[in-house]
Amino acid sequence: MQPLIKTTGVQLSFGGVIAADNIDFELHSGERLAVIGQNGAGKTTFINICTGYLKPQAGKIYFDGTDITSMTPRKIVRLGMGRSFQLPQLFTEHTVRECIQIAAARQNARLTAFKPLAATVDTREVESTLELVGLREDGDALSSDLPEGKRKLLDVAMALALRPKLIIMDEPTSGVASEDKHGLMQTVMNALDERKVTSWFVEHDVDIVAQYATRVAAWINGAIVADGSPDEVLNDPRIKSEVLGN
Amino acid sequence: MFFDILPLALVDGIAYACLLFLVSMGLTLIFGVMGILNVAHGAFYAFGGYSAASFIMMLAPTTESAWIPLVSLFLVAIVVGTLLGGLMELVLIRRAQAYDPILKLLLTFGALLMLEDVQRFIWGAQPYSASEVVGRLGNIELGNITYTTYQLVVVPATALVAYIGLEYFLRYTNLGKQMVAVTHNREVATSLGINAGKIGLITFIIGAILGVLGGALASPTTSLVPGAGADMIVLSFAVVATAGLGQITGALIAALMIGILRSIAVYMAPEVEVAVPYIIMGLVLLVRPHGLFTVAQARTI
Amino acid sequence: MMYAISAIGAALILAAGHFLPWTITPIIIGLTYAIAALGVSVMMRAGQVSFGHAMYACISAYTVAFIARAYPGTDAITLILAGVLVSVLASAIIGVFMVRYRGIFFGMLNLALSMVLFALLSKLYHITGGTDGLRIPRPPFLGMTLERESFEFLLLGLALVISFGLAWWVQRYFRSGNGAALAAIKTNETRLEYLGFSAYVVMWRGYLLSATVVGFSGSLLALIQGLVTPELGLWLRSGEYVFIAILGGAGHAVGAFLGALVFEAVKLTSSAYFPHLWQFILGFTLIIVIFLFPKGFVGQLSKRMKL
Repeated sequence: MQPLIKTTGVQLSFGGVIAADNIDFELHSGERLAVIGQNGAGKTTFINICTGYLKPQAGKIYFDGTDITSMTPRKIVRLGMGRSFQLPQLFTEHTVRECIQIAAARQNARLTAFKPLAATVDTREVESTLELVGLREDGDALSSDLPEGKRKLLDVAMALALRPKLIIMDEPTSGVASEDKHGLMQTVMNALDERKVTSWFVEHDVDIVAQYATRVAAWINGAIVADGSPDEVLNDPRIKSEVLGN
Repeated sequence: MFFDILPLALVDGIAYACLLFLVSMGLTLIFGVMGILNVAHGAFYAFGGYSAASFIMMLAPTTESAWIPLVSLFLVAIVVGTLLGGLMELVLIRRAQAYDPILKLLLTFGALLMLEDVQRFIWGAQPYSASEVVGRLGNIELGNITYTTYQLVVVPATALVAYIGLEYFLRYTNLGKQMVAVTHNREVATSLGINAGKIGLITFIIGAILGVLGGALASPTTSLVPGAGADMIVLSFAVVATAGLGQITGALIAALMIGILRSIAVYMAPEVEVAVPYIIMGLVLLVRPHGLFTVAQARTI
Repeated sequence: MMYAISAIGAALILAAGHFLPWTITPIIIGLTYAIAALGVSVMMRAGQVSFGHAMYACISAYTVAFIARAYPGTDAITLILAGVLVSVLASAIIGVFMVRYRGIFFGMLNLALSMVLFALLSKLYHITGGTDGLRIPRPPFLGMTLERESFEFLLLGLALVISFGLAWWVQRYFRSGNGAALAAIKTNETRLEYLGFSAYVVMWRGYLLSATVVGFSGSLLALIQGLVTPELGLWLRSGEYVFIAILGGAGHAVGAFLGALVFEAVKLTSSAYFPHLWQFILGFTLIIVIFLFPKGFVGQLSKRMKL
């Protein structure tokens, strides 16, 4: 089966620092990939390359068979790649529901100049998305009024409303109180499973990784040094000392 | 015909550019350090011109000297600049430090409106000029053409000295270095113990003095009329935007470019002369959206 | 509730126009200021403040003048629509590069363009009448040739209809998909792009709408004044439009009209008591309003009244 994401020989350095060292990588549909590594190891740079935000100096990236190496982030999104952010990126003067509605419109061509936004999107889908992340009752609240955990959920929900094949999440549980992390992650993963969305997330919390990932990739100095099941990677002595700092 | 008018156009253009540069230097300094586009800067120019003209008109009959009126231009500029700049910073700018840049701009627009009426109240609608200064300083002949000493020497020399002075101040004095620190990152600078409020006041006053000086030096060769301030702010904005907001050396180059090209237009295509600065600004921004000399900043999430 | 107040307001205006004919011209001029501020507020929805939108009023006004002088029998309605059409076309072309810019550059590039237009109109005397401007012969209105009083009264009615129509359309636009996306540009343009939208296209569409609205103000102004001058496009004029939009709050279409009301009131009072200080008072009012009501004076009221 064709991989959802495939990169060959992706290379990028900034002023002497190698951020991505000849990366060959594949991600398959249905996987839940957790990416671990110290800050500066290259995890976020690689995500920025795959989402079109940065261009590699060498190599190619394919999304569902299509060469996306030189595509703009916008085009890549429209192909089915969603993204959520470490600091939730919301429309702070819109309500929770409106944020989802805007995302649900998905393309300029479907934006109306006259009919209200709410009337142009699939209401059932919007409500079901809100329901999936547990934000149904908060639908009319201003997105900036939400507590941190719910803002993270809204951030993911906006990506979900795009009907993507893949959602890339940058530290989904960071900034959330430790007792709430598992609840948050459970909600997110259930929602993604329900909509059959593959997930790729950067995470520092080992327990979260162990519980929710089906595959773990560890980064050191711009290269993936370990790639396998959570059991294998998290118990690898080199990873434990150099990445997890045990 | 082009080469006939070129020397004249160049001298005219450079003198004009120097005045424009003085005003723009002040504007871009204030923007760089305080993040405010001070629309009232045009009023500083106008006040400088009117005050200098009034003072010279009063002073000229009392002395035969050529130098006393000239020096008094500078004195007037410093006094008026300090007063206006200090007053505006303390009363208005200080309170608005945390506001949106557009709201800060609108506040200074309100100040411009107020100052324009104060100016009209004090000086009325008749033209003011300090032409005495030019006459007393005599002429210089180069090639076959006669230039006034004022235009050829005094104005460019002042602009140059001001430029070198400001650059030196920013690079080598403690106060100047603090101003640069605040430009780069206000919060970090404050946490290092720099008194951002004091820096703000000094910056604004220096900027205001430069704007007023531009007006004062313009008064011998221009007629000050109501609306001069509004005209000047738009022009100096064109210079500052062409150069890149906060770029002082860039402003010098942009002012020269605009001043000289406009001057050539005056001789060769007078209908478009007024539009030349804006056409240049538009063309530059098309190619370099943040001005000629800005350093691109990476977008981050 | 909004409709009730507006209907009453309109009725009052028509009554004033009928019984006190000298009020017609100032009222229409006030309405054109409100309409222009409404246009500027469309861009403010995306967080962008233009200091040059008066150029679109200028373009439509001069179009009206050129056509009316070249073809004197042209109907007033046709003239108005023609003026708006030219403004829209101009904005479509200008918008192509203009909407790439944000913040101060957007504000000032518009200003620069309006200054170029102002300069050209002032200098090209033989085509544009220079700073004296162009006179407009009174056109027929819906086929009828009218005396001044009737013409002005009908123009007042038309101005009210146009005001309602534009306010309604702009408000609907704000609630539509494009309007929501436009507002999203203000708070998180990057996220909008990460959702697959082109902020450039959304802004361009909004820019066209804003120019259309301002275009109507220019056409109406040309007809009521019977004269067009380059001042119509002066940046200070654009500044007044921005002032009114801020005064009224750009959150709801009605803000522009209430803002214009306050603006005209301030202007009138200060002209009556301090004739040469109206700019001073205006500037002072702007400063006070910004300090006291960062969301606009009407914006605060409407929040409390849940409009």
